[in-house]
Amino acid sequence: MANKVAFLQGNEAAAQGALYAGCTFFGGYPITPSTEVAEVLSIELPKIGGKFIQMEDEIGAMAAVIGASLTGAKVLTATSGPGLSLKQELIGYACIAETPAVIYNVMRGGPSTGMPTGPSQSDVMCAKWGTHGDHAAICLVPASVQEIFEETVRAFNLAEKYRMPVMIMPDEIGAHMRERIVFPEPGELEVINRTAPSVSPADYKPYDTRFGDVPPLAAFGSDYRFHVTGLNKAEDGFPTTKASLVQAEEERQIRKVDANIDDIVTFEEYLLDDAEVAIVAFGSTSRSARFAVNEARKAGIKAGMFRIKTFWPFPDKQIAALATKVKAIITPEMNLGMCTGEVVRCAAGNAPVSGIFRVDGEPINPGQILEKIKEVM
Amino acid sequence: MSFDYDKYLRPGKLPHIWCPGCGHGIVMKGLIRAIDTLGLEKNNTAIVSGIGCASRLPGYLDFCTLHTAHGRAAAFATGVKMAKPEMNVILVGGDGDGTAIGGNHFIHACRRNIDMTYIIMNNNIYGMTGGQFSPCTPTGAKASTTVYGNPDPAFDVAKLAIGAGATFVARGTAYHANQIDKLIVEAVQHKGFSVVEILDDCPTTYGRRNKFKSVIEMMNRLKEVTVSIKAAEKMTAEQLTGKIITGVLYKEDRGTHYTAEYAKVIERAKKA
Repeated sequence: MANKVAFLQGNEAAAQGALYAGCTFFGGYPITPSTEVAEVLSIELPKIGGKFIQMEDEIGAMAAVIGASLTGAKVLTATSGPGLSLKQELIGYACIAETPAVIYNVMRGGPSTGMPTGPSQSDVMCAKWGTHGDHAAICLVPASVQEIFEETVRAFNLAEKYRMPVMIMPDEIGAHMRERIVFPEPGELEVINRTAPSVSPADYKPYDTRFGDVPPLAAFGSDYRFHVTGLNKAEDGFPTTKASLVQAEEERQIRKVDANIDDIVTFEEYLLDDAEVAIVAFGSTSRSARFAVNEARKAGIKAGMFRIKTFWPFPDKQIAALATKVKAIITPEMNLGMCTGEVVRCAAGNAPVSGIFRVDGEPINPGQILEKIKEVM
Repeated sequence: MSFDYDKYLRPGKLPHIWCPGCGHGIVMKGLIRAIDTLGLEKNNTAIVSGIGCASRLPGYLDFCTLHTAHGRAAAFATGVKMAKPEMNVILVGGDGDGTAIGGNHFIHACRRNIDMTYIIMNNNIYGMTGGQFSPCTPTGAKASTTVYGNPDPAFDVAKLAIGAGATFVARGTAYHANQIDKLIVEAVQHKGFSVVEILDDCPTTYGRRNKFKSVIEMMNRLKEVTVSIKAAEKMTAEQLTGKIITGVLYKEDRGTHYTAEYAKVIERAKKA
């Protein structure tokens, strides 16, 4: 049977991807330009016995999804810049309490209210550094409607696999663009479910490292009962200030991601084999970059693109290797240099890095990138 | 035979963090007795709190316990209850946690009339941080941030809850220990959002600054300023001046509540 094909908006694709992944709970608050996710799920979730709740504010929405996640549900919230700022408090809670949750954040301008209907890529640092304290971060940056669907599924998989909040952040162009999508059949994409405890309720500890860096999480309302807190905790879930336990716990939470970078980091290499100039781009900007690379090739310039699909953890080693192979790197992005700074760090002086920055609410067009390619070559 | 509190306490978690003379332990005992009377199943009961002295309560109890972030108990609990409506969900916390930083979540939980019970221990102060004034600190009172006297008017927690749409609102005190479990039992049995405000004392950070010579004096004050709703009915307005009324202050049977309404949404969606 042929896969179902549709003409779909990015935000609608995110909602469909969440359902494919097995999401049964959405908590949200209206905010442009992500509201369609809430609208679609308010219609679709009750049809499958799932729950949709519009909370009183962004913080409440994040709280509700964490609460629901602790009952075993796969949970999603959707927001945009100002909402992401508000959610940071409890994104930190989800980090320390090691509770799976997916945060779908559409990037518009900022700081503050910024330009609510304009595209931006300026939330990528907020995804990693927004909440206080040391913590790991996973952030996916899809570039098409199809990819928003698929990466939403992957965001759920990573959240459940690593027991942590995972962000998926299209820019406003991707979120509001409509294009062709081919729906995967059930089973076509991998769907990962939470690991259930294998020990008896009496032996269960919610942060039991005998089971590795990602201990199994039981559900409230099952045969298991346990304590969850936002304080630094021991393996039994109860608060501790014992130095060795806190140090070990914090390091383990970082290690969950750091030791699994190759499992998490995804990217696309486009015409890089013989490239002398590499564009490092993500999100909708990569679509302009691809066009610019093709145009450059036509003009006899050996250009290629490294497309970041997973922004956090950052593809450090791939960018480092790239910098030793090309003569120049160009980093177009709809902010004032957030990705560029990371690329400069990874390139470690092996290739010059030139940024193209736009924060005027307009997309970076292929002509701008092509011009820069000609300038650096 | 004396009541067996240990049956509901997590082994090895005592002593609790509360200061000598603090009423939170009295409230916890009342809650335990209420849970016993109600026969709530441990695995099917979530106890959710925010941040503060009172919010440490869930850690001592052998249930599904969730110690959330400051002010957020009602919002986390709403997620738990929505996802698993068959669970009993009880919230506990203090006045600062519930009515200041958590004020928005509190009023919206009231408005939704979601079937949970919120026990607010009102000791008129932020105790854990050392005695700053809360939205429930009386005007003129001393706190570490109102050394010249508190200029702020205080919330009436019960009125706030009623105004926001809670369908069961009761008030007790840490002095009237034997009434606490009775109020909680009735609150949990009520279908809808129920609020039980317990007037409490903080001898360490409120009493000392406000010229209470002892815990006994603070406890006696709770006795002296309160009057039961039954007694109040027979009193004149003049006699009631300065009195705080206790008991079940408001009860409305709407015949429905939030998760029951959402179950209807699911039915309608499945037919659509």
